[in-house]
Amino acid sequence: MTVQVIRRIDDAVEFVPDAGEVGARGGGLSVTIRHLRKWFGQNQVLRGIDLHIRSGEFVAIVGRSGCGKSTLLRLLLGLERPSDGEFHFGDGGVAQAAHTGAVRIMFQEPRLLPWASVLANVEVGLGKERSSPDARERALATLREVGLVERRDHWPLVLSGGQKQRVALARALVSRPQLLAFDEPLGSLDALTRISMQRLIERVWIGQKFTAIMVTHDVAEAVTLADRVLMIEDGEIALDQRIDLPRPRERGSPEVAALEGRILRELFRNAGPVEDA
Amino acid sequence: MIDMRTNFVLAMSARSRTLAQWALPVGIIAAWEALSLAGVIPLRILPAPTAVVAAGWKLTMSGALPRNMWVSFWRAIVGFAIGGGIGFALGLANGLSRRSDLIFDSTLQMIRNIPHLALIPLVILWFGIDEGAKVFLVALGVFFPIYINTQHGIRTVDPQLVEMGRTYGMSPATLFWRVILPGALPSIFVGLRYALGIMWLTLIVAETISASSGIGYMAMQAREFLLVDVVVLSILIYALLGKVADSTARLLERWCLAWHPAFQPAGEVKT
Repeated sequence: MTVQVIRRIDDAVEFVPDAGEVGARGGGLSVTIRHLRKWFGQNQVLRGIDLHIRSGEFVAIVGRSGCGKSTLLRLLLGLERPSDGEFHFGDGGVAQAAHTGAVRIMFQEPRLLPWASVLANVEVGLGKERSSPDARERALATLREVGLVERRDHWPLVLSGGQKQRVALARALVSRPQLLAFDEPLGSLDALTRISMQRLIERVWIGQKFTAIMVTHDVAEAVTLADRVLMIEDGEIALDQRIDLPRPRERGSPEVAALEGRILRELFRNAGPVEDA
Repeated sequence: MIDMRTNFVLAMSARSRTLAQWALPVGIIAAWEALSLAGVIPLRILPAPTAVVAAGWKLTMSGALPRNMWVSFWRAIVGFAIGGGIGFALGLANGLSRRSDLIFDSTLQMIRNIPHLALIPLVILWFGIDEGAKVFLVALGVFFPIYINTQHGIRTVDPQLVEMGRTYGMSPATLFWRVILPGALPSIFVGLRYALGIMWLTLIVAETISASSGIGYMAMQAREFLLVDVVVLSILIYALLGKVADSTARLLERWCLAWHPAFQPAGEVKT
């Protein structure tokens, strides 16, 4: 058991930080959201979101189940249509950003194609550029970044949960996105794998300077990773907390714990009786 | 209990496993031969295995057996290609498009409830005892398993994977070839193997009732002349052809679904 754990942490640490040399794009997209509203039938999920996310910023969105945080992410990715309001990326409107590979998402589940090898799954992330001559090289380089290059010819089936999510991360990174959205991607991982994945994500983000938006249930995770933590409650932004602690941040350090406590108190303040999230 | 069973089988070498699989059939045939030689089984009821082999050899030499086998094989393949092709196409269309499903599906489900062999009198009126009759019946028989399983396979492709494909900018064609079709393949193979069984069944019945060539015809003619050995030979050949078709399908399945949990070497699957 102990041996297994040590190996797993090593896996994530060994990766070569040559980020910034793979591919051409890079840099972050800013996001501007104005009066964004969303109804599902009679149910208003988002009640007017106004938000500006700077280029290269790491924003974490927390909130209880059903507060609308995942909906916000799905709207930005074009998976849902806004009922009212608007948003744009960068200076103008990168309308179909997902199709150019500039905006990518990592889902809660790995969502790998079980019938494609690990490498082919990463190549999916290249989108239309999959047929370009350097596609394989780029996919391999990205797989090396997440420390799974030796698994390139395996089926996803034989990977562990954490390895699957690392392949999913490679798939999201391979097109060198300018905005990367995370929809609770670490929710189903065990605590240790989770911490090594957080470190990996932070390192890649520092290397590639994309804008990151992470929806999470875990306030500690939000405080450890983000420049800014947003709390959404009843479809509105209830808290916008800047986190200015130096990186890498120590989990459980007094500063992190203080901020975590403050956000948690805020979360429960308007909640009344505490519900299970 | 189950563990003990698995361990027992795993502990055997590949060679002794093959031996174990063949021990029973070989034993039965040996017993059959011995009982025939001893006169316990009357030859009118069941000829000895050696007599069946001899009949097979004689018919192969005269060219009757290869000719009839070829005719049956051809009918099976053509009927399968036509019925399976249409079934696959409609299964795809109705799996992918709600509109197509609305127009075709309920009609097809109504037709499905007619046992296709019940149509034999009508088919003889339409086609006589020509090739058309047999090919038509086989095609009709294989159509439904292929259709239903293709449609079901397409419908039940993991919607999360489809959403992933869309957000990663896949065009509808790419989405179909990379996500939907591979996802539907396990179900399509179930339909394929089921259809192969129906294919032989239909052919046997059709050739026995109305034909002037083919294995079934050979069996019926032999019955008229009380050639029990040829009758038994025909039955065995049907069994052999059925086994060959099923093994081919299995091989194809193993090759196309190498990624599937069911085809992984023991102990490699993580949950």
